[in-house]
Amino acid sequence: MVGLIVSTLHRTVMAGTSLLLGTTGEIITERSGVLNLGVEGMMNLGAAAGFIVTFRTGNVLWGLLASLVAGVAAAALHGFLSVYVKVNQTVSGLALTMLGVGLAGVLGKPYIGQQLPVKLQAVELPLLGDIPFIGELLFHQDVLFYTGVLLSLASWFFLRYTRGGIRLRSVGENPKASESQGVPVQRIRFLCTLWGGAFAGLAGAHVSLSYSTSWTEGIVAGRGWIVVGLTIFSLWNPLRGMMGAFLFGGIFVTQYILQPLGVPPNLLAMLPYGATLIVLLLDGLRKDKRSLHAPAALGEPYIR
Amino acid sequence: MSEADFRLGGWQVSLRWELRQKQTPLLSALTLLAALAMGFLCVGLAFMLLGVDPLFALGKIFLGSFGSLYGWKETLTKGIPLFLISGGLCVAYQAKFWNIGAESQLLMGAVWSTWFGLRFGESISPGLGIPLLFLVGFLGGALWGVIPALLKVRFGMSEVISTLMLNYVAAEFVSYLIVGPWKGKSKYGYPYTEDLPKHLLLGTIPGTRIHYITLALGIVISLLLFLLLYRTKFGYEVRVVGESPEAARYAGIDYVRTVVSVMIISGGVAGMAGVGEVAGIHHHLSYPGNISAGYGFTAIITAWLGNLNPLGGLLSGLFFAGILVGGDAIQISLRLPAATVHIFNGILLFVLLLGNFFLNHRPVLQIRRR
Repeated sequence: MVGLIVSTLHRTVMAGTSLLLGTTGEIITERSGVLNLGVEGMMNLGAAAGFIVTFRTGNVLWGLLASLVAGVAAAALHGFLSVYVKVNQTVSGLALTMLGVGLAGVLGKPYIGQQLPVKLQAVELPLLGDIPFIGELLFHQDVLFYTGVLLSLASWFFLRYTRGGIRLRSVGENPKASESQGVPVQRIRFLCTLWGGAFAGLAGAHVSLSYSTSWTEGIVAGRGWIVVGLTIFSLWNPLRGMMGAFLFGGIFVTQYILQPLGVPPNLLAMLPYGATLIVLLLDGLRKDKRSLHAPAALGEPYIR
Repeated sequence: MSEADFRLGGWQVSLRWELRQKQTPLLSALTLLAALAMGFLCVGLAFMLLGVDPLFALGKIFLGSFGSLYGWKETLTKGIPLFLISGGLCVAYQAKFWNIGAESQLLMGAVWSTWFGLRFGESISPGLGIPLLFLVGFLGGALWGVIPALLKVRFGMSEVISTLMLNYVAAEFVSYLIVGPWKGKSKYGYPYTEDLPKHLLLGTIPGTRIHYITLALGIVISLLLFLLLYRTKFGYEVRVVGESPEAARYAGIDYVRTVVSVMIISGGVAGMAGVGEVAGIHHHLSYPGNISAGYGFTAIITAWLGNLNPLGGLLSGLFFAGILVGGDAIQISLRLPAATVHIFNGILLFVLLLGNFFLNHRPVLQIRRR
């Protein structure tokens, strides 16, 4: 019984890792005032690039690098258009999602059903991994999980306690005032968009290199949109984002738990999407709290 | 106004964008053409990167859709749902309500009308049944579309996320219905519902799949939506809400009522498109990917390409229907996957955005010696 619980929770953590990575990145992007609705597209590209390069080279590290580059490149397109050209960020993000989903579908077509020769292996941390239960749960995970958790904690600390974090937030709250203080608004926004893209790329890599190891079309399956929802749910706080990511990891796993009980699989597949709506609805009941936390200039191009 | 300054050798280059005071129709047309040309250039590049001869592929697309009588028939058939949906999206987007959920509003229209047709169809005459089919489909789409509107005005939930999530939910729901409770007994185990009664099926122009009732509805409704947007007080209010909800409130415009109305229209007409697909093409409910070839997403672009004007949406809808048909043609002959169309869509949406920016801003380039 204990074994079953631990293995269920272990899978929960695994399922939540891609959401954790994506949310941590999107929080930074949005904190700087840029709304990037292209997460689904960036994750798809990251997943495809990671899978294809790993398949071709047989080396997961090259795959991870490819995912990172793909995510950053996609984000650069959105960043350039929304920060420098100042187009409508909602539409640009949607276009990025279409492009990313399309490219991933076309590039991944020859690999449908193929199995990776190597996958992203779990790494057992010394000492910590020996702790009963917790060790198994948290310290027998893959590199991306550790990266996600550490960077999420670091982002929280950075945003809250450092000068750089304050500058970043100020750009998203009141770009005009920040600029008068000599903060390079556009450059910071562009870099934060790239940073978010890197995370989304890695989030995609986790889906295709660790969580699943054979390629199917639509492998990301809306996780990017759940990330966008979780970013709102997190009130732009990386620690709350981490909580949300693993909560949703649990919801993904619940599907597999309920399946043997005879619940139709199509109804179970609705769970993560329905849960996103419910979580945001509950969040909306505290609207005052959200308007307090949302970056004031989110989604608005800064025009001097 | 935005600026970019950089040094090039001993020269100081500065590029500024000034807000254009007014846009002439000639300029609008030129930007649109330039954007499309750039879009096709990018799409051609994408084909090259995929190892496909771009001229051959693009030629295939347009010959496949507009190059033959058969192509035209198919293009018009696929245009029908696009005409309806993009007309509705124009209304929603003018209020800056980002409805990304037309895909599932279409599906819910299909679900409701299938239910109605199977449940009551036998006992109703076609003269009454077909209008009722469209009415029920409208209601199905409208109710599904009103959910995100209410979530937005009551709970401040981003409509982009809610409409997208509802897309996933509706697609799973349709799949559940057709493999589960609604699976047709006469379908030999295939995941379809029973066919609608024969007298409720929509007539087609002989030799084609063009269900003309829906086609006529698409054209008439686009015209009505155009009049609604540009000739009525409601249309004016929609645009004020889109410009600035604050200003709208100040002017005494009911924000909640406007947003809800906009989504009743947008969701409802998408639902009618679903009726057309079920009663005009498939005759039963089947997998969501069969019922809609991504019409709800493609219509986002046709609405933009038509400058959020429902009449423009007719033209751009026809154009994009052609791309969908041509896309099918190259999928078969070049063995490209269905996702190719998304690349097309994404690229064109990007260049349209850029074109929009040029339309609103004038570049001012200054080069000075330092």
